[in-house]
Amino acid sequence: MQLISCPWCGPREEAEYHYGGQAHVAYPHDVGAMSDADWADYLFFRDNPRGPFAERWVHAAGCRRWFNAVRDTGTHEVLAVYRIGEPQPELGTQASR
Amino acid sequence: MTRLTTGGLIDRTTVLSFSFDGRPYAGHPGDTLASALLANGVHRVATSVNRGRPRGIMAAGVEEASALVQLEAPFPEPMLSATTIELYEGLVARGLPGRGKLADRPDPARYDAIHAHCDVLVVGAGPAGLMAALTAARAGSRVVLVDEQPMVGGSLLGTRGELSDWTATVLAELTSTPEVLVLSRTTAFGYYDDGFVLALQKRTDHLGAAAPDNAARQRIWRLRAKQVILATGAHERPVVFADNDRPGVMLAQAGRTYLNRYGVLAGNRILVFTTNDSAYVAAVELAEAGAEVTVVDPRTDLAPFWAAECARVGIAVRPGHMVTGTTGEERVTGVHLAAYPSGGASATVHCDLLLVSGGWNPTVHLFSQARGKLEYDAELGAFLPVAGLPGAGVVGVRVTGAAAGTVSLAGCLAGGAAEAVAALRDLGVAAQPVAPPPVGTDRVERAGLVLWTVPVEISLDGSDLSDTRFVDLQRDATVGDVLRAAGAGLRSVEHVKRYTTIGTAHDQGKTSGLIASGIMADALGVDMAALGTTTYRPPYASVSFAALAGRDRGAIFDPVRVTAIHSWHIEHGAQFEDVGQWKRPLCYPRRTAFGGLEDLPAAVARETRAARTGVAMLDASTLGKINVQGVDAGEFLDRIYTNIISTLKPGFVRYAVMCGMDGMILDDGTVMRVSDTEFVLTTTTGNAAKVLDWLEEFAQTEWPDLRVHLTSVTEQWATIPVVGPLSRQVIAAVAPALDVSNEAFGFMTWRSAEIAGIEARICRISFSGELAYEVNVPSWYGIAVWQAVFDAGQPYGITPYGTETMHVLRAEKGYPIIGQDTDGTVTPQDLGMSWVVSKKKLDFVGKRSFSRAENLRPDRKHLVGLLPVDRSVLLAEGAQVIADPDVSQLPVVMLGHVTSSYRSVALGGTFGLALVRSGRDRIGERLFAWQDGEVVPVMVTGPVLYDEEGARRDG
Ligand SMILES: [Zn+2]
Repeated sequence: MQLISCPWCGPREEAEYHYGGQAHVAYPHDVGAMSDADWADYLFFRDNPRGPFAERWVHAAGCRRWFNAVRDTGTHEVLAVYRIGEPQPELGTQASR
Repeated sequence: MTRLTTGGLIDRTTVLSFSFDGRPYAGHPGDTLASALLANGVHRVATSVNRGRPRGIMAAGVEEASALVQLEAPFPEPMLSATTIELYEGLVARGLPGRGKLADRPDPARYDAIHAHCDVLVVGAGPAGLMAALTAARAGSRVVLVDEQPMVGGSLLGTRGELSDWTATVLAELTSTPEVLVLSRTTAFGYYDDGFVLALQKRTDHLGAAAPDNAARQRIWRLRAKQVILATGAHERPVVFADNDRPGVMLAQAGRTYLNRYGVLAGNRILVFTTNDSAYVAAVELAEAGAEVTVVDPRTDLAPFWAAECARVGIAVRPGHMVTGTTGEERVTGVHLAAYPSGGASATVHCDLLLVSGGWNPTVHLFSQARGKLEYDAELGAFLPVAGLPGAGVVGVRVTGAAAGTVSLAGCLAGGAAEAVAALRDLGVAAQPVAPPPVGTDRVERAGLVLWTVPVEISLDGSDLSDTRFVDLQRDATVGDVLRAAGAGLRSVEHVKRYTTIGTAHDQGKTSGLIASGIMADALGVDMAALGTTTYRPPYASVSFAALAGRDRGAIFDPVRVTAIHSWHIEHGAQFEDVGQWKRPLCYPRRTAFGGLEDLPAAVARETRAARTGVAMLDASTLGKINVQGVDAGEFLDRIYTNIISTLKPGFVRYAVMCGMDGMILDDGTVMRVSDTEFVLTTTTGNAAKVLDWLEEFAQTEWPDLRVHLTSVTEQWATIPVVGPLSRQVIAAVAPALDVSNEAFGFMTWRSAEIAGIEARICRISFSGELAYEVNVPSWYGIAVWQAVFDAGQPYGITPYGTETMHVLRAEKGYPIIGQDTDGTVTPQDLGMSWVVSKKKLDFVGKRSFSRAENLRPDRKHLVGLLPVDRSVLLAEGAQVIADPDVSQLPVVMLGHVTSSYRSVALGGTFGLALVRSGRDRIGERLFAWQDGEVVPVMVTGPVLYDEEGARRDG
């Protein structure tokens, strides 16, 4: 059972969290002017990298707050967590946790 | 009797009676079932699963893959190893023919789970583990030490009391150190991420019927450690030869353990077949205990020390020889010997016990589960852990002692202390290794011969079904099976494991895994290191489902939610249905004139008639309710719902629909405005948590600038719709201060009023099309207000109704249930509810998707009504709707499916709702429902089948 650090509560077991998909996908401006293809791209398409990936998580069985996390999708290691509205931290070669 | 008069860790002053296969026996405290059976001369214990061969006891511990038994008393428990059952008074067991039998009654014992956190977790209380735990304890760290045995010592327990004073001293120091927890009878069976280890503690199994009722029989420890030290020892592995499965064929260390720990001499004429020096000590000790011992060793260069020892105690040694087979049925009677490796000069030697040693497999299960890398050591013939875990996790997992391939006792003692110092250093703690106790010169100084099987003809042409060279005894899997796997083209040990099932039972690869790999490598002519070994997976040892379930059984397996009025429903004979976790009355069957109970259709007919012609009441407290507060609450709800909410005035209620970004309906309900800054939403019963999560996600992530707060109030309110043309009189009676006239209290408004002295919120909303008042009161008063309404309704024949009637009423009106009449691919427009989608709002969740080309197609599925031509035929929910009754031509074109179907008193027959392709353009058409192998003709109608003009809602 992996430990994930909630930016509000600290390290808690992964079962307390729910996954919320890719982070920093901004809601488009003026959606009425968008083509169907562009809207569909926003709606259905997300990145799927191997390696560090910024994601939304929610501490569902804890403080119920959403936050962002950078997770290595190859190792599941959570490299950084940060609150909504904070910029994605720069990750050096040494992972911060 | 084979029990010696002295020696061992058993209490001879106490006699325990037990029975096995129906016969009475006696043993002593300290015995296992296996040692007690051997003490009584019982070698045959079980029968193999596929081949029906007699099976005995091959080991003295958890690696036993042969002596499988069923406990019958005090409670039936199948598939246990006789070597892991501590003997207790009154034990009743029988040997198994490969399969056990589950109890026919619920297990009365209690099981539970507990969490613990520590700096250092040490798994295994042998020499290395004790040194590690002691070093960490003296450094002041929080230490948990777990060990599967009832007493500490590990491999020392199988010796003649070696270091027994020291282990007692260490245990005393550990147990008196406040931050140290020593858990005996506790098997760490799984390593999960970040230092999380699950362990099973057998707390009262060994007490039998004397186990106290108030103590959990077994407990799962959920251990979270910053550093893990695995001192899990090693399992001896056999060498495979023909008929190696006979009772009386045993691992060498097991024979030694039965002698030294249990005082049992398991044979009088013992043959020891070993490829390494470690079995010589067993041979010597057994000879000194009075057995006639012969050692067969394929090597020709005997260690001088052991050659001298054997000569001293009168052991005949046959160097350069091997065992090629055995004789005997219920117990081994003899051994076929031949020269190694030629196979020549064969001879048969009599014996009643054959001890085998092919070397040692370090117990690296937990390390492998932690994704630790293993590397093959050709000299030891074993996979050893490579220090350090991939992925640079924060939790250190270290392996020490025999598990790390250390052979000597002195090495294990020093290694345990050193690994603890290293683990503590990673925690920022400077520690000194504790001084090891003095030990004698180690006499196992060199690696043995790596031999998986005695030489065999390598043939990949398929297995000989008479093959008796067993690799996994429990699975009846042989050398031939491995060769057949190779012959079938399998090249990965993972595939061979699944093809042969080797290592998939109790064994979990402890004795069989490496041998299977070795045979594969030899057969394919590849390097063992390249072939690798199978990945170890939890659990390391068998764990019962009862232990894993713990307290989460019966009523608390999944929480059951009941409303504040539940007890009234029970008292009034409600029949319940499960809606999510909720118990809801389905209907309230009455006694019939003949003394029986109404069936569901009869009850529903009566209840619907009351709602349409008189007055009826429903417990709708399960509706999800969300309180939304904040100055931006209106703006927030405008963005969430498809229609405008912010224009709603306090005192008014609006029906509203919310969609996903893709435009598909998520949920619907009512929105009540309490004040400028407060709303209460309702959600579908089963969707309440999901909707709250959905709203929270938007509030926190997309629009954190909006000042809005969300709280679930589902449990805080009891909700009682009072429904029917006579509902006004009933509400007037219970709320005398309230003007219930249509002019003063119009449809889709709400008022505060006292009912039976309780402040209530009463809404003029209707889910039936009838005049209705929905009464909301705090849950504490739910049952009092329900009773008050029920009493006041008596003159009008008020009838409580359940969910089935609620469904009939709403379906007659064409009101969809989200999740029943929709399935995540349905837009508001598909339901014919364009009116609920605002054209004025600039944007809201899902708006852009409504104009996607796909969502504008004229042939989308629409919600329509279906009237069977024969109005006595009930449509099957889920039945496919088709246009052509000739279903012989495949494929049949599917137009949609029936989503709801009921019998209706008001409509004079059956009816249904359906999602049908271009459904609104087919109104008046004759289509067909395909159900139970028949086509049922139906007429397509609009979804509203009753009171289409809405004349009834105001009474
Ligand atoms: Zn939190």
